Amino acid sequence: MATQTQIPAADQRPPVIESGHTFSTIGEKVSNIVLRRPISLGWVLGFLVMFSGMNMLLFALTYLFIKGTGIWGINIPVGWGFAIINFVWWIGIGHAGTLISAILCLLRQTWRNSINRFAEAMTLFAVACAGVFPLVHTGRPWLAYWMFPYPNTMNYWPQFRSPLIWDVFAVSTYFTISLVFWFVGLIPDFASMRDRAEHPVTRGVYGILAMGWRGSARHWHRYETAYLLLAGLATPLVLSVHTVVSFDFSISIVPGWHTTIFPPYFVAGAIYSGFAMVLCLAIPIRAIYGLQDFITMRHLENSGKVMLATGLIVGYGYFIEGFMGWYSGNKFDSFLLWNRLHGPYAFWYWSLLATNILIPQVLWLKKFRTSTFWLWVISFVVLIGMWLERFVIIVVSLQRDFLNSSWGMYYPTKWDYMTFAGTIGMFLTAIWLFVRILPMVSISELRTLLPEAHVKEAEEVTK
Amino acid sequence: MSDASVYGLMAEFDSPQELLDAAHKAHTAGYKKIDAYSPFPIEGLADAIGFHKNYVPLVTLIGGIIGGLSGYALQYYVHVISYPLNIGGRPFHSWPSFIIVTFEMTILFGGLAAVFGMLALNGLPQPYHPVFNVAEFAKASENKFFLVVDASDPHYDAADTRAFLKGLGPRAISEVPS
Repeated sequence: MATQTQIPAADQRPPVIESGHTFSTIGEKVSNIVLRRPISLGWVLGFLVMFSGMNMLLFALTYLFIKGTGIWGINIPVGWGFAIINFVWWIGIGHAGTLISAILCLLRQTWRNSINRFAEAMTLFAVACAGVFPLVHTGRPWLAYWMFPYPNTMNYWPQFRSPLIWDVFAVSTYFTISLVFWFVGLIPDFASMRDRAEHPVTRGVYGILAMGWRGSARHWHRYETAYLLLAGLATPLVLSVHTVVSFDFSISIVPGWHTTIFPPYFVAGAIYSGFAMVLCLAIPIRAIYGLQDFITMRHLENSGKVMLATGLIVGYGYFIEGFMGWYSGNKFDSFLLWNRLHGPYAFWYWSLLATNILIPQVLWLKKFRTSTFWLWVISFVVLIGMWLERFVIIVVSLQRDFLNSSWGMYYPTKWDYMTFAGTIGMFLTAIWLFVRILPMVSISELRTLLPEAHVKEAEEVTK
Repeated sequence: MSDASVYGLMAEFDSPQELLDAAHKAHTAGYKKIDAYSPFPIEGLADAIGFHKNYVPLVTLIGGIIGGLSGYALQYYVHVISYPLNIGGRPFHSWPSFIIVTFEMTILFGGLAAVFGMLALNGLPQPYHPVFNVAEFAKASENKFFLVVDASDPHYDAADTRAFLKGLGPRAISEVPS
């Protein structure tokens, strides 16, 4: 046992879980945030602010349903404005959660155990925010069910050759699988909450959610198999989702969209912005709820490294776009490049290069990777940068295409801003509730990280 | 052999290693209807109690195959049989366009089969189970480890089994009312 607890001298990294914890202190610390900690004034005030944001969304959407999409800044030639920018931005943010929970699980990166629950919740809420946009962008959202194939009296079917229908299937599958993955991970923790809850109603609610989980070895065995299989299924799924989102663009013939680099570059960008959101939320929450023992500097630094790596892939994507604009010899492609660098939205393109490529390079320095303050600032900058990236891809490509006579400008209206800010309110409202209702760190997975949880094979012992 | 009011005998242990050793000994001693309970998965514990038949992968595979086939069949039916529509001169059976929905349906059905298959095989949701009658069992989701020998086991005998469990060095032994 002693050999297992010793940290090898070469490993100078901060631990995944601080020493001094036992099976019960982990459960206590995580569940007490929900069960024992009184609701603070700060939480209530924050909730009110976020909830008002969510109500602003409802207000903006209600007006949209009355008036139609004409209240937005979209028009020909820019028919895809904020709604699609925000959709791609939000769904990209969701990708980090699945990456952490599925891909890092398959790669046996056990440090993920303390941040996966939180990141998966973020995925669900981000995908829910993303889903709002294409739905309302259809103009008649009450007919959105037409996108699903069902036998009907109109003798009508969706067009399965269209990338937009692929998107419907990809995003709805992604949401469903993320939801069940998250729920499966929660079942043993619901049981822990049920057994620690004092109030009969609380106990009853967690008891129903735990569905009678009792930690039987047979159950754990099937549970772990199912969890691993889900991780295996979610891994290609998450890569496919943003690939399909990029198909919405790359299947078309618009300059700046019609390019084969889009799928990998979109996926990398998605993970980039997702990790930025994880850090933006995790850094304040771990400080407020005292989770520094579980979400250690190791997690933050690793997330910083993932951001650096994916950010460089995104940078490569920008480089290839520029290179192809010149190398292809296609005048529309080279004009697009010129228009990005010098056109009416040039300021935003240069801001994009600064926020997404230039500033995050400071993550090469350990000093910045290990400072919570700087990590938070850089993550925030990256979130802005990734939003600008989608703005540049959508608006700058559409505003000046093949025919000079049909060039135009795009000006978002206050309704565009209200809807966007409203989804941020909706997202944070959900996060606010999540931290007080569910265990935000996986209790059972965290326990397996303790040295005491490791056992020797039964056969060896009996020999 | 046993009276109907008793579900079995429960031994409580302090560490995963003790539970694993005890489960292994109980199984080799001939007890087949045993179960072990722990707050987190313990490697090798299912093997130690003689549990090998895990059908979750099979259920997932079947789910995935059904999803993929039905996804493709749906698109074929829609675009070739029910409502053939010429889109840009492409063939009605334009299979490359059908791959993505087929893939997503495979993942969707496979994933749902894994989750619901796991729950169904585990018999969850299960509103009542006798082990919860023992007050100490609340610690099974915290820091205690339990081994239960079912009263319906052919080797079960109230006195002998209790003595056997005592020999495994548990912290406590309690009778589980059914």
